[in-house]
Formats: sequence, C-alpha cells, structure tokens
Amino acid sequence: MNDSNATLVQLDRAGVRAGGDWLVRGVDLTVSPGEIVTLIGPNGSGKSTTAKMALGILRPSEGTARRGPNLTVGYVPQKLAIDWTLPLTVHRFLRLTNPLTDAECREALERTGAESLLHSEVRTLSGGELQRVMLARAIARKPDLLVLDEPVQGVDYSGEIAIYDLISEIRNTQGCGILMISHDLHVVMAAADQVICLNGHVCCRGTPSEIGQNDAYHALFGTRAGAGLAVYEHRHDHEHLPDGQVRHADGSICSSCSGEHHDHASGDDRADGKARHAG
Amino acid sequence: MHPATIARMGRHDMLDDFFTRALVAGIGVAIVAGPLGCFVIWRRMAYFGDTLSHSALLGVSLALLLQVNATLAVGAVSMLLAILLVILQRKNTLSSDAILGLLSHSALALGLVCLAFMTWVRVDLLGLLFGDILSVTKLDIAMIFAGGSFVLAVLISIWRKLFAATVSPDLAAGEGLNPDRTELIFMLLTAVVIAISLKIIGALLITALLIIPAAAARRLSATPEQMAVMSALLGAVAVVSGLYASLNYDTPSGPSIVVAAMVLFVISLAPGGRFVRSLLVKRQGDQS
Repeated sequence: MNDSNATLVQLDRAGVRAGGDWLVRGVDLTVSPGEIVTLIGPNGSGKSTTAKMALGILRPSEGTARRGPNLTVGYVPQKLAIDWTLPLTVHRFLRLTNPLTDAECREALERTGAESLLHSEVRTLSGGELQRVMLARAIARKPDLLVLDEPVQGVDYSGEIAIYDLISEIRNTQGCGILMISHDLHVVMAAADQVICLNGHVCCRGTPSEIGQNDAYHALFGTRAGAGLAVYEHRHDHEHLPDGQVRHADGSICSSCSGEHHDHASGDDRADGKARHAG
Repeated sequence: MHPATIARMGRHDMLDDFFTRALVAGIGVAIVAGPLGCFVIWRRMAYFGDTLSHSALLGVSLALLLQVNATLAVGAVSMLLAILLVILQRKNTLSSDAILGLLSHSALALGLVCLAFMTWVRVDLLGLLFGDILSVTKLDIAMIFAGGSFVLAVLISIWRKLFAATVSPDLAAGEGLNPDRTELIFMLLTAVVIAISLKIIGALLITALLIIPAAAARRLSATPEQMAVMSALLGAVAVVSGLYASLNYDTPSGPSIVVAAMVLFVISLAPGGRFVRSLLVKRQGDQS
C-alpha cells in the first residue's frame, strides 16, 4: 500500500508564487490509499494553496505535483459563491460533476445527515448544511482521493463529531486517501495518520502525538496547543461521550480553553487507534 | 415586363419584406442570446459582455477599412478582445474590473475615432450604436442562423462542464473538468453572439439582450435548463414586440427591444411569476 506506485498524489518541494510573494514553498507531501493527511497552520499559512496544488487547480511555480493516473477526486472547497440568479437544487448540485441516480443522491445525503435537503435550493442552505451537502457530493463520486478544505466549518458540535467519524469510516470502507485541512486542532487529530503543520513552509510533520510534542508546533500555536491535542486524543479514545462533554472539549480555539480540559486528557491508547486504522 | 422582375417575382418570398427580415433575424438572435445570457448573469459577467460589445464599433471600422463583411470583422475583433482579457486577467496586474473598464471604453473610443477618420465612407453611427431594422439583409439572416446554430451546438456540448465551472471553478478544476478551457470557449461564443446581434440591437445595447431576458426568466424557472429555455422565449417576445414598436412609433430598434425586455422583467417580478415557478418546481419534484 505504501508502494510509490500506489501513491495518489505527491508534492515534491512544491511552492506557489503569486505577485512576487511565495504563498507556500518547499512542500513535500504524499497521500496513499487509506491514509488521512491533515494540514494545519495559521491563517495564510498556505493550507488551501497546498491542497490546490495537490488537486492540480494551481500549478506549482517550483517543484512538482504528481497525481496518479485516472484518479477520481472528490473535492470539498472552502467556500462556494453561487449567484442568487442561479437556480440550483441540492439534487442538481450532487450531480454536478458526475451522473448519479436518485437513490445514490439520497444515500449520500443520508450518510452526511442531510437527507431532508434533497430538494432545497443550495443558496438557502446554512453554512453547516452546505458543508454536509458538499461532503455528500464529494463522497458520492466514490473518489480515490478526497480533498476536504475545512469540512466542518459552520457544522454544529454533535454534527462535527459525526462528520469526522464519517470521514474515518469512508477511509476504512472505501480505502480512499484523504487530504484534509482544518483549523480545529482538537478534532482533526482524530483519525489523521500524518499531520503537516504549515506556515508558509512545512513547519513540522508527524503523527498527531509527535506533532503535539514538537517545538516548532508550540512556537507556532503556543504551548497550550499541546493540551488541545491531548484533549483530542482523549475524545478519540472515547467516541461516545455524552453531548455535554463533547461540547466542553470542543472549544474552537485551543489556547483559550485548553487549560480547563487537562483532567480529560488522561487516556492515551492512541496506538490502538493507529492499529485499527492501518487494518 | 423586364425578365429580371419576373424572375424576382417567381422567387418572391417572405424575406423580401424588410420587417420580416428583421423579425426573423431578431428571433434568431434572441434564441441564442437567451441561454448564453443565463451564463453571463450566473457568472456575473455582465461587464464582460459590455466590453466585448463595445469593441463591435472597432470591428465595423476595420471591416470598412479592409472591405470585408462587418459581422465577420466584429466577431474576429470581439474574439481577440476576449482572448486579450483572459491573458490580462491571468497576469494579475490590475483588478479584472479595471481591466474590463479600460478595454471597454478604449475599444469604443478607438472605434469611434477610426470611423471619424474614414471621411470617405458614410456610416450610420446611430444605427451601429442602437440597431437598425432597415439594414438586415438575407446574408445577415443566413449568418445569424448559421452562427447561432453553431453557438447553440457548442454550448450544449460544453453545458455540463460550463455549468460545473460556473457553480465553482475550483471544484470543477479539482475534479478534472478543465474549467479554463471551457470558460474560454464560452467567451468566444459570446463574441460570436455579439457579432450577429449588432445590426438588430446595436453595439451599446447588445448586453441588454443577454442579461434582461435571463433575469426575467429567473423567477419563472426552477432549474438551469428551464431558465435557459425561458430566457430564449422571453428574448424572442421582447424582440418581436420591440420591433413592432420600432415600426409603429419610428423608434430605434435596439432601445425598443430593450424597453420591451425591461417590461417583461418587471412583469416577472409580479406575484404571478412566483405561481408559475411553483408549478414548475412541483412538476420537477414529481419527475424525480
């Protein structure tokens, strides 16, 4: 599986320059089937740019970006700007880039908890509803590579957990590789096999636990962010926490809430999680 | 009787009447402009359409200078301008809004100056700017229907990709649909429509025929395809009523058509429009 032939996408010292400034440079990245790679980093650190290079939307100004042949890609972009004059129902949106039967549309929406939206107008959806619909559209393509640019923005707390569970499940059942971007340090670390921390370049990389102990990571996010990772690991180990606790642990910015969660971050059977994902 | 006159009588057809020619040409233009106009408003490219149409005068003056067919020259100049726009936009030097404004007015001014220099030709400037139903020839009709069929055929063939690129260029690019190429084709099609609409509606108002019927169709449609068809129908209605008004009240044809389209748009805002749409939505729901 880790055979280089099976690599879905590979960036090699890739960088993009716009108007004389480097948006990001020197990125090495590979996504293999069944692997979840998560990009984290502050605003403007080049996460979306890196994802767009991996997708072939942006051509690297230096280095190379290679994708496997005949790759089916499912992409959830960060935002969607649809003019109000465009009549677009969810049903139609799901079939935007690939033909789907009505049953396939319903099934995809059910998986993301958006089955009631099939005949809604896309421009009337709330932020969280739109995310669920976009994710449904991407997974309905049965992609080899799924690229998710902040897939849970605007999604409510319980929905967020469900969506991350779904992402892990898709990886396990369909065996696709997933490249994901998130600001949410707590939750993202759930299923990630590899975390790449960007800040205009690759600041550090590794498994979630390694990243949590990395000095560069702490320099970028502050020392309290490490506690955020620990909180996350706790949650990962206990997926069925009652709502109250989930909400509690899921403060959107780790540095502002990590202190009070220390007592939750005790469990550490991360290795079991890894073994299960690898299987 | 002169033999030529007899021969002409033998071949007498409805296109011998100037007004019928204008009607046929106008309806042809409207049917093509409708679906294309939907994409213009979905993609927020109204100003782009304006820029291309303003370059039409430059095309006309070139045609006069080089003694070639005006429609072909206008089409060629519009296409070149579309390509120039794409290149300039990729350079990221000025905002695309500023680039459009710059090219739009430069092209219009350049066309007017060129025409003024050519003192040896008499040009009906008002007719070029606002349309002239007296000027439509059978050759124009042939070009409208040939060009129009071509545009529609290409538009249908790229419809799916263009629609995906309109909803989200990034998404289309990420999933391998090559939106840049599709968008360029769309721009070139718009240039063709501008070239064939010039005589009926005039350089200054061509964009109105792209935008107003499409905007009027919005409230009456539940799907993109319905909106495209509805826009073509409304455009045809606007052209026919505008041309009749132009004939009866001796008003220039372009503004008359635009006023008729505007009236249709206002009507579409009435509560009845919502009713029509609810019927269409219901029918679509039944199908799926």
